[in-house]
Amino acid sequence: MPAFQRSKFRPTDAYLRRRWLVARLMSVLLFLAAAASVFVTTGIVYVLVSESWNFFRHVPLLDFLTDTQWTPVFAEPRFGILPLLTATLWAAGIALLIGIPLGTALAVYLSEFAPAKVREIVKPLLELIEAVPTVVFGYFALLFLTPLLRQFIPGLTGFNLLVPGIVLGIMILPYVVSISEDAMRAVPSSLREGAYALGMTRIQTATRVIIPAAFSGITAAYVLGMSRAVGETMVLAIAAGQNPNLTGDPREGAATITAYIVQMAMGDLPQGSLAYESIFAVGLALFVLTLSFNLVGFYLRRRFREVY
Amino acid sequence: MAAADLGTREGFKPFSDADVARIVDAAKRRDFLFSILGVFVLVLSMGMLTALIVDLLIDGLTRIDYAFLTSFPSRRPAQAGILSAWVGTSLVMLTTALIAIPLGIMAGVYLEEYAPKNWVTDIIEINVSNLAGVPSIIYGLLALGLFVYTLGLGRTILTAGLVLALLILPIVIVATREAVRSIPLIIREGAYGMGADKWQVIWHYILPAARPGILTGAIVGLSRAIGETAPLLTIGALTFIAFLPPAPIQPEFPFVNFDWLTSPFTVMPIQMFNWISRPQEAFHVNAAATGLVLIVMTLTMNAVAIWIRYRLRKQTRS
Repeated sequence: MPAFQRSKFRPTDAYLRRRWLVARLMSVLLFLAAAASVFVTTGIVYVLVSESWNFFRHVPLLDFLTDTQWTPVFAEPRFGILPLLTATLWAAGIALLIGIPLGTALAVYLSEFAPAKVREIVKPLLELIEAVPTVVFGYFALLFLTPLLRQFIPGLTGFNLLVPGIVLGIMILPYVVSISEDAMRAVPSSLREGAYALGMTRIQTATRVIIPAAFSGITAAYVLGMSRAVGETMVLAIAAGQNPNLTGDPREGAATITAYIVQMAMGDLPQGSLAYESIFAVGLALFVLTLSFNLVGFYLRRRFREVY
Repeated sequence: MAAADLGTREGFKPFSDADVARIVDAAKRRDFLFSILGVFVLVLSMGMLTALIVDLLIDGLTRIDYAFLTSFPSRRPAQAGILSAWVGTSLVMLTTALIAIPLGIMAGVYLEEYAPKNWVTDIIEINVSNLAGVPSIIYGLLALGLFVYTLGLGRTILTAGLVLALLILPIVIVATREAVRSIPLIIREGAYGMGADKWQVIWHYILPAARPGILTGAIVGLSRAIGETAPLLTIGALTFIAFLPPAPIQPEFPFVNFDWLTSPFTVMPIQMFNWISRPQEAFHVNAAATGLVLIVMTLTMNAVAIWIRYRLRKQTRS
């Protein structure tokens, strides 16, 4: 008589069948959940393209891309995306002008200079900037920073592209810092140690070894930051005004693509009208713009990871 | 010999100790200056955040009282409150959490545990990282075209909850994947060794062990959804709502009630945006007060998430 009776611990057939069923069911369910994310993208593309389709039957694509007037609710409406696009690029450009130098300096500091303790405190603090709702940043830009800067910058109007651009720069800062710091820290320490062994200082190591070695990763941070700035809505809808304005002067206000969508959607547009379809057309343009930035950014990041 | 030549070469002057000291000092000074620059940038960005919070405090703190939290919006700024806004925010967040968290966990577990290496998985992965980069207002257009009109869900709490759930789905998925990936192999192998099958391992061992990481992702995602304005403005959420949705709990059987899902709504960021857009100064005070409530909520949620993550890291280290 063996001491161990196998049958006593053997699971019953009913139990095994139930377990097999649950396992099958769950693997199908989990796959469906993962596949659902693909439907979201499909849905976005479908909605944007199908609604824009009607729009572009009335407005030739060439006019859309080259006309310098955006007057969707006039009796003779004109749909040239240039005023909205330039305002978007102005604001994003100013954001990058702030975000790139500050972000790179901070990333170099955190990756090459700061002691581990400082880094552990600073990174969560930076995340808090990302936690601030964008509408609050909008309030800050319109009612605090604009009145303040108007005392120093002549010609700055109540709605302008400069101040939201600056605020956007601060908003994308944590994002730019986090990606470029990741890239710098991923540079193998043998390169860093080699530089130190040659007698290079930290700053020389950073500028002549680390930054060139992490270059594609850092560029990815800039491109992804640009994508964020281009797609940001509330700060611009609040502080940059809602008036389409083809301007070369960021001290003036001008509606961006995102601000236009918000403004029109709030106005309770009749479905199927040309103005209603126009928000999907500019939305499609915005989607294509951010998608291409994102793809370039992902490609650069991936290439960087492959090198090391 | 090369080494000997170096010493005797014409015009070569070896560094004196003083030279070396000078060069090292200069290098140290430059490094120090750069550290100062780094700290300066840090102080600058933190200063912005502080200025923002202080500005809200000065403008809005005195406006927050019991009446402000329990009154409906009004044409008279001094009597207006955020009752319908915070109730709306709570119900929308409930809907978002109920959709995004299970769906995100399931998708994350699939990608980490089940997904075979093939083109379908590649597409899903690329798709998830791409979705994280789509501007929130594009989700608003999806909701307007698909949920509001094509599916006929209208401008309701359900539509708002759905669109915000889709928006934060990538955050939950990525957090789940990272949490699941970081679980030591020992736990997995131990469970398999006891005769558990794959799903039992996941359900009884992987998910409980990954709970703190998943929780962090869910909190960060929800805090982002609370402050999100653009997609809800795009679906045409109303700003003047002087009634509450039907209560989710009722005294009669079956005690819960889902009528609130199809109710019109407003949320705090939209209420705030509406008050910012008014020309009267007094409404700006209301906006600041709403912003203050909002920012306290999101900062608290993020602080909790950071704290959980910090504790988690300490645990795994020891």
